[in-house]
Amino acid sequence: MKKISFKLNGETRFLHVEPNETLLDVLRDRMGVKSPKCGCDNGDCGACTVMLDGKTVRSCLIFAIEVDGHEISTLENISKNGLSPLQKAFLEKNVFQCGYCAPGMILSATELITNNPHPSEHEIKEALAGNLCRCTGYTPVIEAILELTKKD
Amino acid sequence: MAIPYEFAYERPETAEQAIKLLGKYGKNARILAGGTDLANQMKQGFRVPEILIDIKNIKEWEVIKMVNNELHIGSLVTFNDLRKSQLIREKLNILFEAAGLVASTGVRNRATMVGNICSAVACMDSAAPLLVHEAVIHTMSIDGERAIPIQQWFIDNRKTAIQDNELVTHVSIPIPEKKYAGAYQKMMRYSGEDLSQSNVGVLVLSDNKYHVAFGSVGPIPKRSLKIENLLNTKGISKETIEEAKAMIETVIAPITDVRATKEYRMHMTKVMFERALKSAVERFKQPKLITQ
Ligand SMILES: Cc1cc2nc3c(=O)[nH]c(=O)nc-3n(C[C@@H](O)[C@@H](O)[C@H](O)COP(=O)(O)OP(=O)(O)OC[C@H]3O[C@@H](n4cnc5c(N)ncnc54)[C@H](O)[C@@H]3O)c2cc1C
Ligand code: FES
Ligand code: FES
Repeated sequence: MKKISFKLNGETRFLHVEPNETLLDVLRDRMGVKSPKCGCDNGDCGACTVMLDGKTVRSCLIFAIEVDGHEISTLENISKNGLSPLQKAFLEKNVFQCGYCAPGMILSATELITNNPHPSEHEIKEALAGNLCRCTGYTPVIEAILELTKKD
Repeated sequence: MAIPYEFAYERPETAEQAIKLLGKYGKNARILAGGTDLANQMKQGFRVPEILIDIKNIKEWEVIKMVNNELHIGSLVTFNDLRKSQLIREKLNILFEAAGLVASTGVRNRATMVGNICSAVACMDSAAPLLVHEAVIHTMSIDGERAIPIQQWFIDNRKTAIQDNELVTHVSIPIPEKKYAGAYQKMMRYSGEDLSQSNVGVLVLSDNKYHVAFGSVGPIPKRSLKIENLLNTKGISKETIEEAKAMIETVIAPITDVRATKEYRMHMTKVMFERALKSAVERFKQPKLITQ
């Protein structure tokens, strides 16, 4: 057991962890943060996406002990003060069905539009390529981002 | 899923501390960089280290820099760092191109290029670009430092020339004095996070010199001097391209697996070779290196 501390959605948290605990498990099962989901547990699907120091990563491939001293933010952080414009656009267009992929999609799309406020369709597809969805066929997600970010 | 067994974890602050730990634990330790391979391998029980040595606090290894006429890429540089680097974009367009085809953003934010060549899975994307640029891999251990030319690095699928007590500090790439341009082709079923079924890298250098490397079509990625000699002596024409394509049959040894049959790989490698060659030649003709 090692005591670690990290910022989770803006708050400093302390926790004892074993080296073999993944960040995904610790967030979900020990810290009650349920937005990251376990889809594949091996890096393929993107359902477990969180932000580590501002960049999207796969929490299923990270050991909790590695984030000692770092900052994690999850979907919960994005909607802390109400839905973000991106979330509103997704909601308006009803882009998701079951929603299992949604937290990962929203984080990946947020990372994209933070770095690139007016992405092309190709850039949107690139940015979301690692987020698998079994329901939507992706089209509504891409269209909603395109519309939200188009230049007036 | 937690890893179903216990292990220790250390995060040294300096290279000295890291090699001391590695010297102490040797083959029972694994270096942890981005973990995109290692965490998976540990979940599957393919690797069961007693201790992970996380090198991510060793800031000097995060750097991409020019040292005289060599480009140095530190062992913590991720594929997305490569994509964001103006130096890589300007000087190593083939690596820039290949880095953009590795997995997806969320993996590229974490996966390092050095981890990629240390895992040495046959389908890795960084090998062909590093082979055509004659990269050198720099290792360190309590016994000292070594510089290993990439030609001698890959021993077998998942096996490299690294010793149990060594780690990689950086990769150096000599930048040709005269004009050059590269191109990379990766065959996969869909873009986003598929591993390559076959890949080809071509570097065109001044004075009609060509470097050609193949990946994912044999246990180790391979540079082909035979094909290079043909192109170097006969130049590029429809005939030599056909001759080179026929020669590929004797150079690579693809296998059939879940991702493709060996016949398909063989056929497509020829097609991709031609595409890579033509695109590198096209880029060579431009006044500036073209990156994508
Ligand atoms: C969903 C997914 C998709 C992928 N798609 C691709 C793809 O399209 N193309 C591709 O090429 N790869 C792909 N990969 C694999 C790629 O992410 C890895 O090969 C990555 O580059 C390894 O780097 P890492 O920093 O994550 O290494 P780690 O997982 O930390 O380490 C990998 C291995 O290298 C060793 N190691 C790491 N750094 C050092 C060092 N400095 N010195 C000594 N040993 C070291 C470790 O001990 C370990 O054995 C994919 C992976 C995932 C999960
Ligand atoms: S659960 Fe982590 S990528 Fe699928
Ligand atoms: S909406 Fe069901 S997985 Fe995407």
